Amino acid sequence: MLELIVISTLNGVLSGMQLFLMASGLTVIFSMLGVLNLAHASFYMLGAFFGYQISRWFGFWPALLIAPLLAGAIGAGVERFGLRRVHNSGHVAELLFTFGLAFAIEELVQIIWGKSPVDFRVPPSLDFPAFTIFSTNYPVYKMFMLLVSVAIFTALLITLKKTRIGLIVQAALTHPHMVGHLGHNVGRIFMLVFGIGTALAAVAGVIAGPALVTQSNMAGSLGPILFVVVVVGGLGSLPGAFVASLLIGLIQTFAVSMNGSLAGAFGPLGAADEPTWLADIWGVTIAQIAPVIPYALLVLILIFRPMGLLGTRDT
Amino acid sequence: MRETISSTVPLYPAAADKLKFRGLLFAVAIALLILPKLFSSGGSLTTFSLVGISIIFSMSYNMLLGQTGMLSFGHAVYYGIGGFLAIHAINIIGTNKLPIPLPVVPLIGGLTGLLFAVVLGWVSTRRSGTAFAMISLGVAELVASSALILRTFFGGESGISANRTRLFRVFDWSFGPQVQIYYLVAAWMLIAVIAMYALTRTPLGRMCNAVRDNPERVQFVGYDPHVVRYLAFCFSGFFAGIAGALAAICFEIANSAYLGAVQSGTVLFATYIGGVGFFIGPIVGAVFVTLLSLGLSDLTAVWQLYFGLIFIAVVMFAPGGITGLLMMHRPLLEAGTLGRVLPSYFIAFVPTAAMLTGFIVAIEVTVHYAVNSGDDSRIKAFGVSFDAASRYVWAMSAVLLIGGFLVARRTWTRVRHAWDDATGAAREQGIPA
Repeated sequence: MLELIVISTLNGVLSGMQLFLMASGLTVIFSMLGVLNLAHASFYMLGAFFGYQISRWFGFWPALLIAPLLAGAIGAGVERFGLRRVHNSGHVAELLFTFGLAFAIEELVQIIWGKSPVDFRVPPSLDFPAFTIFSTNYPVYKMFMLLVSVAIFTALLITLKKTRIGLIVQAALTHPHMVGHLGHNVGRIFMLVFGIGTALAAVAGVIAGPALVTQSNMAGSLGPILFVVVVVGGLGSLPGAFVASLLIGLIQTFAVSMNGSLAGAFGPLGAADEPTWLADIWGVTIAQIAPVIPYALLVLILIFRPMGLLGTRDT
Repeated sequence: MRETISSTVPLYPAAADKLKFRGLLFAVAIALLILPKLFSSGGSLTTFSLVGISIIFSMSYNMLLGQTGMLSFGHAVYYGIGGFLAIHAINIIGTNKLPIPLPVVPLIGGLTGLLFAVVLGWVSTRRSGTAFAMISLGVAELVASSALILRTFFGGESGISANRTRLFRVFDWSFGPQVQIYYLVAAWMLIAVIAMYALTRTPLGRMCNAVRDNPERVQFVGYDPHVVRYLAFCFSGFFAGIAGALAAICFEIANSAYLGAVQSGTVLFATYIGGVGFFIGPIVGAVFVTLLSLGLSDLTAVWQLYFGLIFIAVVMFAPGGITGLLMMHRPLLEAGTLGRVLPSYFIAFVPTAAMLTGFIVAIEVTVHYAVNSGDDSRIKAFGVSFDAASRYVWAMSAVLLIGGFLVARRTWTRVRHAWDDATGAAREQGIPA
C-alpha cells in the first residue's frame, strides 16, 4: 500500500508537471488573445514527432532544443497569418479555426509518420534506473522529465514576475485593452506569446514522447484533458492551472492503480454471470473509470464553481 | 436605420409567400419521390439516404450554432444515443412481436435524444460562448468514455446490431431493400425540415435569434436567456436523435463511433461549410460534405487532409459558408450590377485554379514520398496519372503554385475593386448590400 502511494505520487506529480507545461501556455494564450487554442495539444504532438525525427538525425539533445523552436515558429506563424485574420469574424470563428487546424495537423502527422506508433526511445545516457524503492526500479528518465518541467516552471515564474515582458503579459491577463492603449505592440506580443506557448507544449511533447507512446492520436487523447485542466483551474489563472494540473495528474495516476469496484466492496450482485447494465456498473473497477473522472470533475466544476478553482473571471 | 427596417420579417407572411412556400415544398416532395427512379443503383440510394440523415443532423446542429449562437463540440451524443435506442427498440419489438412498424422507430430515437438533452441541457446551457463549448466537449467525452464501460448497453467496441426486416409490417413493406430505406429517410427528412422551419417562425425561434445576438437585452425584455437556450437545446437534441435512429436503421448497427468526437466534428464541418447564417445553409453543407467525403475518398488517399484544409479556408475566407457566399450576390442581382463583378471572377479563376493545382500536386508528391517512397513513382490522384519522381512534375508544381499565387494576388485585388464598385452602385439604388 505504501509502495503504491509513493510510486503513484511520484508519477502523479510528474504527469501533473507535464500537463502544466502545456496548460500554462494555453492559459496565457487564452488570457491574452481570448481564444481557447483547441490545437494546443497538436503542438505537443508536433513536438514529439519533430523530436523523434531530429533525434534520429542528430541525437536527443539537439532535438530537445530544435523541436520546440520549430514548433514555436510554426505556432507564431499560425497566429500571424491565421488567427489574426480570423479575429475579425469573432470568437466562434477563432475557436473553429483552431479546431480545423487540430484536424489538419493530425492528418498531416498521419500522412508523414503513419498511424502506428514510432520508435522514439529514451536516449542511452538516461536509460538506467535512478533508485530502487520497494523493489521497483524508478527510471532516471522520469526524474529527468520532472527536472525539465520544474526548471521550465521556475524560469516561467521568474520571467513573469521579474522581467518587463512578464509584467506586460501579466497586465494583459487582466486588462488586455489597457495594455494596447499604453502603446505596447500588442500584435507582436500576441505572436510571441503564442509562439512561446506552443513551444512549451512542444517541449512537453519531446520529453514525453520516449516515455509514453508517440503516435498520431496522442493529440486527440490529450487535448480534452488539457481543456479540463484549464477550465477546472479557472480560465486565465496560472496558479489555478498549476493546482488543477497536479490535481488531474494525481487523480489519474491514483485511479489507474486502484482495482476496487462496487462488486468488490459489497459483494457480487445476485447472479453474477448474467450481463445486465446494472451488473456493468456494479462490476466496473476504479481503474476502468479513470479516463472518465477528469470529465466528471469538469462537469461538476462547471455546475458548482463556474469560474474554476482559482479563477476570478466568470467564463 | 433603413437596414433594421428592411430586415424585419412581417409577422404573418403574405398569401403569395405562403403559396410560394407550399409550391416549393410540393416540388421538393416530388423530386424526392422520383429521385430513385433516375438513380436506381444501390450505391446511389445509400448515398441519398446518408445525405438525408446528414441534412437532419446538420439542421438540428444549426439550431444551436446558427440560430441560438451556441458552439457545441458534442452534438453527436444525442445522435448516438438516438441510434442506440433505435437498435434496442428494434430488437425488443422484434423479439416481443409488438405491433410497432419500423417508420415509427426514429421517433423513439428522437424522444431519447430529447430526454438526454432535457437531462444534460439544463447545466450545459447556463452559459453560451466558450463555457458552453467546453462543457459540451466534457459531456461528450464523458458519454463516449462511459459507452466503452457499459458494455451490455453499448456493446463495447463492436457495437450492437439488429435486423430491421423482422418488424410488424404495414402495406407489406419489409424495409429490406435500400429503396424502401431511402423513402423512409426522405419522408422523415421532409417532416423534420418542415418542423424545424416552422420552429424558426415561432416566437421561440425569434427569441433564439435574440439570445444569439444580444442576451443582455433579452433579459431586459423579460425573458431568461438560459431558458431559451435550454429549449433550443432540447429541440436540437430531439432532431439529432431522429437522425441517429435513421442512421442506425440504415446500417442496422450502432457502435460507439456514433457518439464519438469524429461524428461531432463532421456535423460541425458540414454545418459551418454550408453556412450557419441561413436556414438552407446546413442543407447545402450536408449535401456538399457527404458527397465530398464519398467522392474524394475515391480520388485521393489523403482526402481528410483536403477536407480539413477546405474547412480552414472557409473559416478564414468565407465565414458565411457556401450559402453566405452565394447570398452576398443577391443584392447585386436585384440591382442588376452582377455583370460588373462576373468578368473579374473569370479573370481571377484561371490563376487561382493554377495555384490550387500546383498545391495539390505538391501535396500528392509529398504524400507519395512520405507514405510509400519505395513503391512505383507513377501515382494517380484525382484521376490523373503522373510520375512523382519526375523533375518536370516538381518544377511544374512549383511554377503553378508560386506563379499562380503571384498572378492570383493581383486578380484578387481586381475582384475587390469590382465588388466595391458593384455594391456601391447597388446602394445608390436603395438596395442594402
